[in-house]
Amino acid sequence: MTLVATLAELVSDFRANGRIVIVGASLAGLRAAEALREEGFSGSLTIIGDEPYEPYDRPPLSKQVLKGWMPAEHTLLPRFREVDAQWRLGVAATGLDRVARQVRLADGDQIPYHRLLIATGTRARPWPNPAEAALEGVFALRSRDDAARLQQALATRPSRVLVIGGGFIGSEVASVCRELDIPVTLTERGPAPLVGALGGVIGEIAAQMQRDHGVDLRCGVSVSSLEGDAAGHVRRARLSDGTTIEVDVVLAALGSIRNVEWLQGSGLAAGPWGVGCDAGGRAFDINGVVTDSVYVAGDVARMPHVLYEYQFLAMEHWDNAVFGAEVAAHNMVNLEPHYRPHLLLPGFWSGQFGVNIKSVGVPPFGDEIIFTQGSVKDRSFAAAYGRRGRIVAAVTFDHGKWLEYYARLIEQSAPFPPPPPGWDRPDIMKPVPAEFPAPGVPTAIPDVVLTGHDPNERRAEFRPRGH
Amino acid sequence: MRIVVDLNRCQGYAQCVYLAHEVFRLTGTEALTYDPNPDDARRLQVERAAAACPVQAIMIDRLDGAERGARS
Repeated sequence: MTLVATLAELVSDFRANGRIVIVGASLAGLRAAEALREEGFSGSLTIIGDEPYEPYDRPPLSKQVLKGWMPAEHTLLPRFREVDAQWRLGVAATGLDRVARQVRLADGDQIPYHRLLIATGTRARPWPNPAEAALEGVFALRSRDDAARLQQALATRPSRVLVIGGGFIGSEVASVCRELDIPVTLTERGPAPLVGALGGVIGEIAAQMQRDHGVDLRCGVSVSSLEGDAAGHVRRARLSDGTTIEVDVVLAALGSIRNVEWLQGSGLAAGPWGVGCDAGGRAFDINGVVTDSVYVAGDVARMPHVLYEYQFLAMEHWDNAVFGAEVAAHNMVNLEPHYRPHLLLPGFWSGQFGVNIKSVGVPPFGDEIIFTQGSVKDRSFAAAYGRRGRIVAAVTFDHGKWLEYYARLIEQSAPFPPPPPGWDRPDIMKPVPAEFPAPGVPTAIPDVVLTGHDPNERRAEFRPRGH
Repeated sequence: MRIVVDLNRCQGYAQCVYLAHEVFRLTGTEALTYDPNPDDARRLQVERAAAACPVQAIMIDRLDGAERGARS
């Protein structure tokens, strides 16, 4: 038998008799399982999830669920095909032995695999003081249970809600509070909300939007401490500028922590910015050498991106979970030269204060911004981000129909400033600095982070200002 | 039933809002919210909305309960 024929037989044997384990039972884990079956994998498939629920969708949690339009359990994801898997829900993976090829579970079970997909995602970064975080009325928002608890608290009509952190989750929750006519204060350590993800120019527009909707927005300020009453319920927050506010609900919206602790000692390139992998989803080991049996997808993955100078990107976006899972699944049951790359042009959306904010590309990669369509005053516009004379991202406020135009330009590495599409041009079109915070300046962590060229590079941990 | 809308793809044409206003809503002029698990009685409405979506952003469950395997 020729070598080529032997390899082909190995692939078809693996597809029929292999064992695949997916750790993570959320969007990426589910779509990967479906894609594996779609690709013709008929071997054994196990899906492990630490939450007791079958896969659900998270974006509605900070919007329609908090508003009380529907309960948090109304977010189960649709299924597109049978996956015929063993589901191990409600039990976390606690370790990985790559020599024995086993995943260790919290209940002591060892699950053997031939190929493994890591899709453990992220969790909400908790308020850093554990005693204060344990006060009743202090919340984080990531899971379905988090959303159900916060929704209940909002339904009791609190006298004031404090949102700590002006990223997307914090801003969306502040928006829901105003829609429910609940007084809300939002503190942001940076100069404006959304500054980490979209820069200071757009952040200033978001700040004005929040103030116009009655949010008590305090920028350049952090929360020094939270204080409770005798019953252990939060009542007061002390701010770094010396002021105090009376509150009875607090949301810590401090960004996310990647769920990589269970990989300690596994010898994989796993750290605070996620699990390093190639653009085909194959995990790197700690030496930066690609593995053959471990794959990564979703929020926890960080991979080099061809459009962004091959920098490693960690993309906490919905489409990254879906497409990353499909690519990893394909590559798990194929061999070179049939590998596929995950060449996603990242995109996200955020509904807040009645405005649809959408983006494509990687805004923090840019250093200049130009308004290309519409009107900032009407909060209905498009703007493009540039770096070294080429367009790298775009953002729209209620101008989502135009985003595809900019996406095509970004994919082609078109010049910046881009040619305007010839419709509702603003009076002034001139690039200005996009005003992203310098690396290391504490602010809300953007959903797309540039994590450097080295898969093992580590960066500073979250440190609240004034501590 | 279960649905998900790819809100990256959605451009706010709001055809779904006209066809199934109990399931899909606009906040402002462009931001769509929806009930991801609407009542089965609305299936026909939701299927019409999905078919009418100009950018085909609405995806509907293709399995019934028995085939899903995992229980919540």
